[in-house]
Amino acid sequence: MSQANLEVRRISGHASTVPGVGLKRDLEVAKLVDTTTCIGCKACEVACMEWNGLTYSDTTFQNSYQTMPETTFNFWNLIKFNEYEPEDGGNMMLLMRKDQCMHCEEPGCLIACPSDGAIVQYANGIVDFQQDECIGCGYCITGCPFNIPKMSPKSQKVFKCTLCVDRVSEGLEPACIKACPTGCLHFGTKDEMKELGETRAKQLREQSGFAHAGVYDPSGVGGTHVLYVLHDATNPEAYGGLPRNPHVPWTVWLWKKPLKWIGNLAMIGGVLGVFVHYLRFGPKTIEEDHEVPNQGEKP
Amino acid sequence: MRDESHLLPNGRVLRYTFRERLMHWVAGLSYLYLLITGLAFWSPWLFGLTAITGGPTMSRVLHPWVGVIFFLGTVWMYGVWSSQMRESPRDKAWWHAIRHYIRNEDDQVPDEERFNPGQKLLFWGFFWCGIVLLLTGVILWIPEWIPWSLRFLRLIAVIVHPIAALLTIALFIIHVYMGTAVERGAFSSIVRGDVSRKWAQRFHRAWYEQVVGESPKQK
Repeated sequence: MSQANLEVRRISGHASTVPGVGLKRDLEVAKLVDTTTCIGCKACEVACMEWNGLTYSDTTFQNSYQTMPETTFNFWNLIKFNEYEPEDGGNMMLLMRKDQCMHCEEPGCLIACPSDGAIVQYANGIVDFQQDECIGCGYCITGCPFNIPKMSPKSQKVFKCTLCVDRVSEGLEPACIKACPTGCLHFGTKDEMKELGETRAKQLREQSGFAHAGVYDPSGVGGTHVLYVLHDATNPEAYGGLPRNPHVPWTVWLWKKPLKWIGNLAMIGGVLGVFVHYLRFGPKTIEEDHEVPNQGEKP
Repeated sequence: MRDESHLLPNGRVLRYTFRERLMHWVAGLSYLYLLITGLAFWSPWLFGLTAITGGPTMSRVLHPWVGVIFFLGTVWMYGVWSSQMRESPRDKAWWHAIRHYIRNEDDQVPDEERFNPGQKLLFWGFFWCGIVLLLTGVILWIPEWIPWSLRFLRLIAVIVHPIAALLTIALFIIHVYMGTAVERGAFSSIVRGDVSRKWAQRFHRAWYEQVVGESPKQK
């Protein structure tokens, strides 16, 4: 929500150069969410509501500890609770994953957005919505592979996690990170977080018997600026529908890349084509220019 | 079969009734708004067009409603014109002579009925694209109400809606060019309704003969 003083890398619906590009020496940042040490306390949910001053809405009973089915326009940070029984007959596990915007390197929302400057990707990797430029078309909802952008029914603008861009641009960690009591949430540069995550995954593999533990940093969207450590990185779907191979939907890609250029060329070609046709052939003339007078019948 | 009602007192020929003109412009003007706002959402280069359509947000709000008006106009046209837009036996010969039609060698083009096969193509193109644009447009209108499990509907809509729109734009460019620049008198006929006898003979001879009942001089 705040442009703050971060360097902009990319903006939606924009025709020419991006202002300020190449000016600052921002590091790429990332959150690391270690699902293996999350206790589901929801302190991050509360901290998110508090820092961002979000309005309260009713929670719904989900047959679990989960606050509501999915994130909403005024609830950007939701822990998803999932009971999971390993196929090898091991103990039932309660998987808890803090769901929020993943801040993709290739953001489907930004690619789909037609409004100039409504979605901004900063050089540090944060993807942020500028509601004053949002026109409420909802293309970002279609472009997102993670089901994150949500429309406010009152303002018809779309909202989501900002990665606390206002805090990060002032050198603070995001509110959710600050609130976490177990230290399962970490914040730093993307490289640091990746390294920390890999270290933890290695530990899980070698010392805790989670043979498939790993870091979730999906390459289909160019990597994300929210990383997960999963007990079983081969089965992300078990964590409340985390997609195995998220990517910008191919119809969105087809629409925004090839179709756009084919369409633009066809439209320009069509207008030029009829113009050239007119230069070459001109109008269809009517032999006699003068009007034929009434033939017999007088008015 | 002389049809006096088509011959106006001033010796001109009535081509479009008031009802036909009105419904054409209900669809035509609403299409113009849809075209401008649609192009604005299509490309960042054209996003500034929203300055003349009520601003970016209002353009997004109005585009679907105007789309409904356009669709109703299309349905109205279907009701009035569809019977005259059916393919007739002589259409094939016209399409075979399309090269001559394009090159203004109209003496080698078969006589045209009230609507020539090109106009029929325009009509059916707009009609079917209009249905596709409505169906996909409804999905794009309310994406936040399409649940995640039905996400494929949105993914289809975002690609099919612009493809259908581009097809109508192709038809639209040719339609406007033909109606204003090539066939002089066509534009005023859809505004005021009448054409000269010469015009009717020149561009829609079969129709002229049918409604005025005059045998052609010679070809």
